[in-house]
Formats: sequence, C-alpha cells, structure tokens
Amino acid sequence: MSWIFAEGFFTSAPVQTALLVGGGAAVVSAVAGVFTIIRGQSFAGHALADVSSAGGSAAFLFGINPLLGFLSMAVLSALVMEGFGAKRAAERDLLTGIVLGAGLGLTALLLYFDVSARGTAGAAIAVMFGSMFAIAPGIVPLALGIGLGALVVIGLLYRPLLLCALNPDIAAIRGVKVRLVGLAYLLVLSLAVTLSAMTIGAILSTALLIGPAAAALRLARRPGVAIALAVLIGLGACWGGILLAYDSYDWTPGHGWPVSFFIVSLIFLAYLATGLAAPRRAPAGG
Amino acid sequence: MLEGGGALRVEDLSVSFPPRKVLDRVSFTLAAGAFCGLIGSNGSGKTTLLRSLLGFVKPESGRLILPGAIGYVPQKIQFDADLPMRARDLVALGLDGNRLGLPLPSRRRRAAVDEMLEAVNATDFADQRIGNLSGGQQQRVMIAHALIRKPKLLLLDEPLANLDIRAVAEIVFLVRQICSTHGITVLVSAHDMNPLMGAMDQIVYLVHGRAASGRTADVVQTEVLSALYGYHIDVIRVHGRVLVIAAGAADEWPAKLDAHPAHVAAIP
Repeated sequence: MSWIFAEGFFTSAPVQTALLVGGGAAVVSAVAGVFTIIRGQSFAGHALADVSSAGGSAAFLFGINPLLGFLSMAVLSALVMEGFGAKRAAERDLLTGIVLGAGLGLTALLLYFDVSARGTAGAAIAVMFGSMFAIAPGIVPLALGIGLGALVVIGLLYRPLLLCALNPDIAAIRGVKVRLVGLAYLLVLSLAVTLSAMTIGAILSTALLIGPAAAALRLARRPGVAIALAVLIGLGACWGGILLAYDSYDWTPGHGWPVSFFIVSLIFLAYLATGLAAPRRAPAGG
Repeated sequence: MLEGGGALRVEDLSVSFPPRKVLDRVSFTLAAGAFCGLIGSNGSGKTTLLRSLLGFVKPESGRLILPGAIGYVPQKIQFDADLPMRARDLVALGLDGNRLGLPLPSRRRRAAVDEMLEAVNATDFADQRIGNLSGGQQQRVMIAHALIRKPKLLLLDEPLANLDIRAVAEIVFLVRQICSTHGITVLVSAHDMNPLMGAMDQIVYLVHGRAASGRTADVVQTEVLSALYGYHIDVIRVHGRVLVIAAGAADEWPAKLDAHPAHVAAIP
C-alpha cells in the first residue's frame, strides 16, 4: 500500500488537520451545494466565496484567525445581498455581481497592504488558492463546529427549502416565511464557503460547493440520495486530493503539488464520469 | 379576509397598481363545490384576482370571504430535468413541506401520497423525476400536491397553458371529477374558455379588470359581454358552438376581430 499512501501520511500532523478540516468542508459544501443548485443560487455561492477572500486577506494583515476573517466577510456579504430584498432572479444576480465586485476590490486593497506593509507575499496564493497543509491545528474545533452548525440548520430547513425552491408562493401559502428561509440559507451558504475557502482557497471553493452536487444531481432521483452522493464525491475528491498532494512530494522531490489542483481535478473527473453514467433524458415538460 | 361556510364570496374587490386599476369592483359568489372558470385575456386581471384570494395582493377596497384552506396550482413551473425530485416527493411536500426537520419514513405519509397519486392517475409515473414528465403529467402531480391537504378551495392559474389537446381534456375532466367527489370549490383561470365549457358550473368573465359572472349561458351573451367590453360584441352560434367576436369582425377578419382566444368561445 506504500505506493498509494506515502510514508508518514497517517502520522503527519498537517495531513491529519487537512483531512479533518478538508473533510468537514467537503461534507458541508456538498450538502449546501445540492440546495444551492436546486435554488438556482450558484452565482451567489461563488460570489460569497470570492468576497470572503477580503476577510482572509484582512486576517493576514491584522494577524487574526483566518477562519474568522473569511467567515465575517462571507456573513456580512450574505446579509447585504439579502438585505436589499431583491425578488426577481435578474435583480438578485445583479446585486450579487455588485457585491462580488466590491468585495474583490477590497481584497485587492488588503492583499496590496499584505505585501507592501507586512511583507506576506504568499498571502494572495494562500487566500485565493488555499494552503491546506498550513492550516493551524487550533482551528479544527471551530471549523468543525461551524460545519456542524451549518448541517443542523440545513437539516431543520430541509423541507421548507425544497418547498421554497419549488415555488415561493406555494411555500408562503403553507405558512413558510420565505424571506427568512432565504436569509437563513444564505447564512448557511456563507458558512459552507468559509470552510471551503479555508481549505482550497476562496476562488476554488466554488468547485467544492458546486462540483460534487452537480455530479450527484445527474444520478439521483431524490433529494436525500443526491445529498448522500454529493457528500461521497466531495469527500472522495477532498481526501483523494490531499493524498495525491502528499504523494506528489515524491514525484518532484522537495516540492509538493498544490492540494487544490488535485481536489478540483478529481471533482471535474467525477462530473465527467457521472455524465457518462447518467441516463439520457428527454427535455423537461416535453 | 373572512372564512365562509364552503362558499367563496368576492364583494366589490378593487386592486390598483397606480396608475392602473387592475380590478374594478369585482363581485361574484361561488357555491361550495362549484367549478368556475375565470376567463380573460392577458392583462385582464385574472392573476391579480387569484393573488388577492391568496393574500399576496392587498385590495384597495372590497371584501373576500373564503371557504377555508386554499390549494394552489401556480402557472407552469419549469422543472429542471436534473431536479432530484420524484413525482411522489413533490406530492409529499404538499403534505408537510412547511415543517421543520427531515421527513421521517411513515406509513401514513406514504399512504396519503399514494392515495393522492392514484386520484390524479399518476401512480404509473410516481417514481420518475418530475422534470422528465410531460406537461400534462406534471400538471397532474401539481394538482395532487395542491389537493393532498384537502383544501376547501382550489385555485389553478392557467393550468391548461402549453398543454396538448388531449392533456387539456384530461386535466379538466380530472379536476371536475375530484372536486365533485370531494366538494371542493374550484376556480380555474384560463384565457381560452373552450376546454372548460363542458365542465363549468359558473363563469367569471374578466375584461380590463371588470367582471361579469354567473351561469355560463347567462354570461356569454351579446348584451352582457357588450356591456363589459364597452362596445358591441356578437355571440354567434356555429355548428352547435358559440363564438364571441367583435361586431362586424366576420367581414374583416382578423383586422377588427378582438382575436384573442378569450374572445372566441364555444358552448356545446
């Protein structure tokens, strides 16, 4: 088995931390990803992840916990996006785009200060593309707590989320507070992208959010099955990516390949594979 | 908004989206268990009337007396082919989709869903993805979703739009049958009244926010519709059917004809 698991894989502290935090991020992102796609909020998920990079950059600049940095900016962005109360899809996308632009602008400024004032030249790479093996072990309890909190909220809102996705009017007639559910979900989404931004970086976190869910939706006929498949794919890609990145130290001695690259590549392959496995379908409503 | 004993009463309902008056003192009463067509062209106020009944639109004036719980089938939903939801999952959401927490397996829940799927003849495709069903099949599932809580009033917003002739006939027959059996009051909006003619107990005919209502044969008449449109309307019987056209239009078809399907009707 040594040709699969390079020596020291299971005993390495950075690997253990990466497996824990990455695994948690993969599970939460996969679950949230299914609802994100069903609700047509992929762009919002991508925007929240990107905007959270401003928080990550600020954390580098001020020397605070990066998880809190990513989290505070993602939550703030979610509140702003929902606070404007956009109702139409086009209006919502427009608002998301504006928040995304403003957030990335702030990221550019903070990264500039990171480099010029603090001399942390690697901040941009770490924030945008992640540095899984550099995650501080002290972050693990908070990260897993955030993940667990997100899963509990999704579990509670499982049926109202599906009903709102089906038709908000029907949900409202049934007494569901559609706006409140939307806000709660956006906050959960911000928790999910915070975790994935911490692991594979703000820019690539969309892959962990959307990829496994999109692959699962090609195969599953039921929401519960879609979630289970997405979790398996996400977890497989994340842990597989960590393993390959660790092994890659032996491919190019002294230099390991980025974990993020392997994770998004495995997700991409899973998406292609499920496309081949999925039954051909007639157009909807035809 | 009040709850009445089985009947639906709309009294002098006016709704404005300034500067436009969308509904202008609309009044009608539907007896418990009545099947009523809400007929009008696009922009006549049909959807606004339905949304007023659902409580989404605040009336400027007037009173609504509802028979109790409302079931609602919205205008056609575009289901994505990848939506991981079977027909039975969608019907089950009608039962308890508002509740918090994960749905736990329950015999009673499954039996209720199976019963409703059978009532709308959807058992054969109950386990297929909703996005892979035909328009008529999806509409049947949506009706089951709306009926599973056994409402007193069923509102259907353009349920026949974009369906083929056979599916239209099936949906009308199905709704008529279910509602007769269970005594549910039904209000179906449509821009084309033809498919509903054989099923309707009553009609509410909307023109620019003003309504005429009553028995179909009483409303679809030259005098009534001319008064509603504000100009002369001819109601013509052809081969046992009735066409509603603007006066003199027959000579200059289609230039003068108010040619929207809402204005071309047939009474068997």
